[in-house]
Amino acid sequence: MALTEALEETARHAAPDDAAPDAAPDQAPATPLLRVKGVTKMYGGRIGCAAVSFDLWPGEVLGIVGESGSGKSTLLGCLSGQLRPDAGEVIFDTSAQGPVDTLKLAEPQRRLLARTDWAFVHQNPRDGLRMGVSAGGNVGERLMATGARHYGRIRASAEDWLGRVEIDPTRIDDRPRQFSGGMQQRLQIARNLVSGPRLVFMDEPTGGLDVSVQARLLDLLRGLVRDMGLSAVLVTHDLAVVRLLADRLMVMKGGRVVEAGLTDQVLDDPQHAYTQLLVSSVLQV
Amino acid sequence: MTDQAYNFAYLDEDTKRMIRRAILKAIAIPGYQVPFASREMPMPYGWGTGGVQVTAATLVPEDVLKVIDQGADDTTNAVSIRKFFQRTAGVATTERTRDATVIQTRHRIPETPLTEDQILVYQVPIPEPMRFLEPRETETRRIHALADYGLMQVRLYEDIARHGEIATSYAYPVEVAGRYVMDPSPIPKFDNPKLDDCPAIQLFGAGREQRIHAVPPYTRIRSLDFEDHPFIASKADHACALCGSRKSYLDEVITDDAGGRMFVCSDTDFCAENAKGDA
Ligand SMILES: Nc1ncnc2c1ncn2[C@@H]1O[C@H](COP(=O)(O)OP(=O)(O)OP(=O)(O)O)[C@@H](O)[C@H]1O
Ligand SMILES: [Mg+2]
Ligand SMILES: [Zn+2]
Repeated sequence: MALTEALEETARHAAPDDAAPDAAPDQAPATPLLRVKGVTKMYGGRIGCAAVSFDLWPGEVLGIVGESGSGKSTLLGCLSGQLRPDAGEVIFDTSAQGPVDTLKLAEPQRRLLARTDWAFVHQNPRDGLRMGVSAGGNVGERLMATGARHYGRIRASAEDWLGRVEIDPTRIDDRPRQFSGGMQQRLQIARNLVSGPRLVFMDEPTGGLDVSVQARLLDLLRGLVRDMGLSAVLVTHDLAVVRLLADRLMVMKGGRVVEAGLTDQVLDDPQHAYTQLLVSSVLQV
Repeated sequence: MTDQAYNFAYLDEDTKRMIRRAILKAIAIPGYQVPFASREMPMPYGWGTGGVQVTAATLVPEDVLKVIDQGADDTTNAVSIRKFFQRTAGVATTERTRDATVIQTRHRIPETPLTEDQILVYQVPIPEPMRFLEPRETETRRIHALADYGLMQVRLYEDIARHGEIATSYAYPVEVAGRYVMDPSPIPKFDNPKLDDCPAIQLFGAGREQRIHAVPPYTRIRSLDFEDHPFIASKADHACALCGSRKSYLDEVITDDAGGRMFVCSDTDFCAENAKGDA
């Protein structure tokens, strides 16, 4: 009895709105969405990241924490096709062909993945937005890049997405410059999610924002991740952010993973001395 | 006639060979911008040194050259370039489109349909259609390489968002042979349909930017647009005050200090022929 209730509870979380009868918990997908094996990236003689392996399952959010220079951004770059690792495999379960090593894909295919199945949210919205293009154009770009050619429908999608990230849709023709930092970050999220990606990479998405603005953004992200069933790899300094968003956590130091596990477990009962330091607020900035 | 101090058509043979190689490559890859080592020409950049170099590399002594600027043969720019080639190449010149074998143009395509025996050389100020949206050359090159042209469509989207319609009326971007997106130089969009399936060779030279691109004969050229905002090759809705044509592209001309104005053909050769009843 208690088990059935627990399963129903899980199912409710997995499919909030429209009931998905097929998605019963015992039919959980057999393939990880992302399978990372031994990813290593060197900068000359210096380690960027080394021998990183993990599996990311559909609907899962993986947090990556670690001090400055621990290799978080390097790893994210390697996973998202922006950096070329020296060794390792990054196997993504594509909708078209099933699992493929994205490092072995030709550039055009990898780019296509990057603008359909993947999204990348940068810490600095300027890196992820076109500052000279209106909010609507920013949100519509990925649709146009994948063949949308109906202005009215592109605009309707943009309006819809502005609303979903809590930007007044009447500001659709404003440039990002006219937006606050928090709004710019929400616009960047809308621009990325409009194409319905399955995997989102985020590098310090709440960094550089005021605490109150951060809280609102986190709330929004949590809602979107849940409603869209997104999988995400989230890099942050901020343990409060991973506590709120991440199902699992990886702790990095000197380019290597020193500890990994369920977020609450790692944060509440850290095993590695470095994680203990990190959690004990000594290293928290 | 020919000024003997210069090689035929001013440029030395090595330079012409280099430019011809770029032209051949451009023709082989329609719409692709081929880099070339642009030379100093004895005229300012704004005068179309890219077009002049392409013309110089294209001319042979038997050619008959026509030079137009905004459709007219008699502007300072057109007259100077024509004189330049008369002096340095000794070629015959003409104002009649149908008599020319090479036509160098700035900002127009002649109204008289071109033929397989003709080469149209465009003066190009900025060859990159995405320059103002994406200033990074590495990035625009990547976009072309991968045909990842969402950004081009964003440009048109922005136009409609701001003006209610695609307000771009010059340098209207086109897709060449189903592959590369190209800026056809600042011709009015009215001329875009003439690019399509044209029997003549069309060469585009950008001097300052050191790029040559080309459209081989009978190439499919499609103007970018949206399903619900289709491309329209519009022009002023008037008849030419001189020849009465309703089909040709018109310039608005101020006729007196009292603000009088009239519309006349921008293509002066076409207008004269049409007035005579020959066009
Ligand atoms: N482009 C580069 N060239 C050389 N070394 C680099 C480069 N980028 C990063 N590194 C080095 O690689 C290591 C990992 O850097 P990385 O930027 O991945 O760390 P990070 O965890 O993202 O740090 P932060 O929290 O400060 O963003 C560091 O030692 C860094 O100095
Ligand atoms: Mg970083
Ligand atoms: Zn006329």
